[in-house]
Amino acid sequence: MLLVGKGSSVGHGTELSPDISRGLGLYFLVLGLLNAYYCVRLWTDKGFQEKWKGANEPVSKVRLAAFPLVWSLLTTYMLGTSIEFFNGVGPVLSEAFRDWMDRLMGPVNYFVISTAAFIALIVFRRIFAKNVTGWVLLNGSLLFIGISMTDPDFRGIVAKPDNVPITMLIYSVGFTTWLALRQAVINDDRIKEGKKPLEAEGAEKVLTWPDLVYTEMLAMVLCTVFLLVWSICLKAPLEPPASTTKIPNPSKAPWYFLGLQEMLVYFDPWLAGVVLPTYIIIGLCAMPYIDYNKKGNGYYTFAERPFAIITFLFGFLVLWVVLIVLGTFLRGPNWNFFGFYEVWDPDKTVALNNIDLSDLLYLDLLNTGKPSNILAREWLGILLVLSYFLITPFIMAKTFMKEMFIRMGLIRFLVMTNIFLMMAFLPIKMVLRWAFNLKYIIAIPEMFLNV
Amino acid sequence: MSLADDIKNSQIWRSIFRHAAPVDRRNRIVVMLTNFFLHLHPVSVRKSGIALSYTWCMGGITFFLFLVETVTGVLLMFYYRPTLEHAFLDILSLRDVTTLGILRELHRWGAHAMVICIWLHMYRVFLTGSYKPPREFNWVIGTILLVLTLLLSFTGYLLPWDQLAIWAITVGSNMARATPFVGYEGPGAKLLTIGDVPLIHSGGDARFLLLAGRSVGEGTLLRFYVLHCVAIPIVVATLIAIHFWRIRKDGNISGPL
Repeated sequence: MLLVGKGSSVGHGTELSPDISRGLGLYFLVLGLLNAYYCVRLWTDKGFQEKWKGANEPVSKVRLAAFPLVWSLLTTYMLGTSIEFFNGVGPVLSEAFRDWMDRLMGPVNYFVISTAAFIALIVFRRIFAKNVTGWVLLNGSLLFIGISMTDPDFRGIVAKPDNVPITMLIYSVGFTTWLALRQAVINDDRIKEGKKPLEAEGAEKVLTWPDLVYTEMLAMVLCTVFLLVWSICLKAPLEPPASTTKIPNPSKAPWYFLGLQEMLVYFDPWLAGVVLPTYIIIGLCAMPYIDYNKKGNGYYTFAERPFAIITFLFGFLVLWVVLIVLGTFLRGPNWNFFGFYEVWDPDKTVALNNIDLSDLLYLDLLNTGKPSNILAREWLGILLVLSYFLITPFIMAKTFMKEMFIRMGLIRFLVMTNIFLMMAFLPIKMVLRWAFNLKYIIAIPEMFLNV
Repeated sequence: MSLADDIKNSQIWRSIFRHAAPVDRRNRIVVMLTNFFLHLHPVSVRKSGIALSYTWCMGGITFFLFLVETVTGVLLMFYYRPTLEHAFLDILSLRDVTTLGILRELHRWGAHAMVICIWLHMYRVFLTGSYKPPREFNWVIGTILLVLTLLLSFTGYLLPWDQLAIWAITVGSNMARATPFVGYEGPGAKLLTIGDVPLIHSGGDARFLLLAGRSVGEGTLLRFYVLHCVAIPIVVATLIAIHFWRIRKDGNISGPL
């Protein structure tokens, strides 16, 4: 295969230790067995076939027959790979593929691809919500991780004990997003047909004992087992004793704050570390008071509240989770970007030629040199930022948010748009940076006031 | 009568549990009303409301993890002293010397899991629109609990006193010095002066308050320890109680209105 070369043919420290090889053998064995079970169901169980292709949808005979065949081949490949790893001759990613991936990835491409994937998720949510899509995505990502684990740099980052929660985060958020959209799609279809959402069907009451308390009991037992296994298998990290003189590079905040740390690339600390987090908290608190939409209370739906769901999902998935993954896995020494398979080289240099808006105006455009007076120097930036926050809401109220404005009232609308614009400020600043190397729109370092 | 029935009908059993075993409908109702731990629940719940695909169980698991953190945390406090001299070595011996040396693992992984679970819980509450009236304020309490959970995790991150700990806290708390007006490198801080004397300086600003010093040091360790073990958990426990109480008062667990 193009992507995969055989064990010894590639250098770059890919010689796997017997332990890792055995571990990957086990990984692929479990993956293969899981898929073998899936294949057996596909071949033998007619009801199961109905389920994966989605009810009421015509599927051609060829596709109906081809899918189990393709999947069986894939399963065979997984099991074969498992045997190879157990024998210590497993496949590794070819150098060419790894170089290509590392060259392709950068902060810009990473974010743009993530955003494109998010838009695709929303637009094609019907396809995403199918059982078969979920299964394909799950196995695709597990295959990718499994093969990538043969790369020492990838392994070094993903297998770091404190980074394990990020992998759990990715899979749990992915799964819950799939699960929620699946139920939303079903409910939207029902509502369209004039029926009530699925959740309204089970309106009859059951006794808490035993129906709920036993579920809770089971959940507690499973959690305990999960935590015990996790704790036995993986030691909590402990680095050398604290030293105020040996500064690690990179110095990273705890993983759940890495989205904020990533924002530091685009904003000064007072915005990225103080104002934006405060906005997130206030925005969350304000949500129930500004969401005037009475529909969609207590059941999954997309069609009945698209604006709320798209905005929240963009904030949570793209601006929070995607940035955390970026900050954890892809930011190395000096907060430089490193691809999945790239060595974390502390000497990697990235050209820094970012300029402020006032530089652009006075040095590049007018060629006059910057005025010494702060206001005369920064008037354009101040004007732009002020109008962004003060005038845009009224333009929104007059144009595409007309109905929303009428239904929300002035105060609710201003609060909503203010939070919305603040959230949109981050991607806007990102695009300005990538397109024009723009550092600050307003640059008043004299007062620590850089925007 | 079997021995089990004898025990369940004995004076001692009944004095503790206040009702007979919950084997029939009447006692299954009574058990929810008369047991202190169970009375958080209503007697009956909507069937669709407790379906796993609907609730994801994440709020309950977050609470369970809070209990796990409390229990393992108290046990850890027996071994750990928050001083520069002892902190790191105590953690080291917890790993190498203590019997059942996974106490710290349980505590740390449990904390990570708690952060993920609380996010997923809020994700579910959002996607089912369960923050809408009449549950607006309970969502606000939940958001405060989210912030406090992150702070609990953040303050705990420092306690092992290794390189990972102090530099993560240094990076995190450096933000505080840029707080508008009250951080000495924040916009507007220079405006706060009395005559020529600045009110906000590196020895008296938001970060100094947080760290008890100009950098992460012994004062910070003590401050974070007290916040982590006493102050924040008390607030969290109180808010959890209100959160649960409000679920009951605001129309019970969510479902279509």
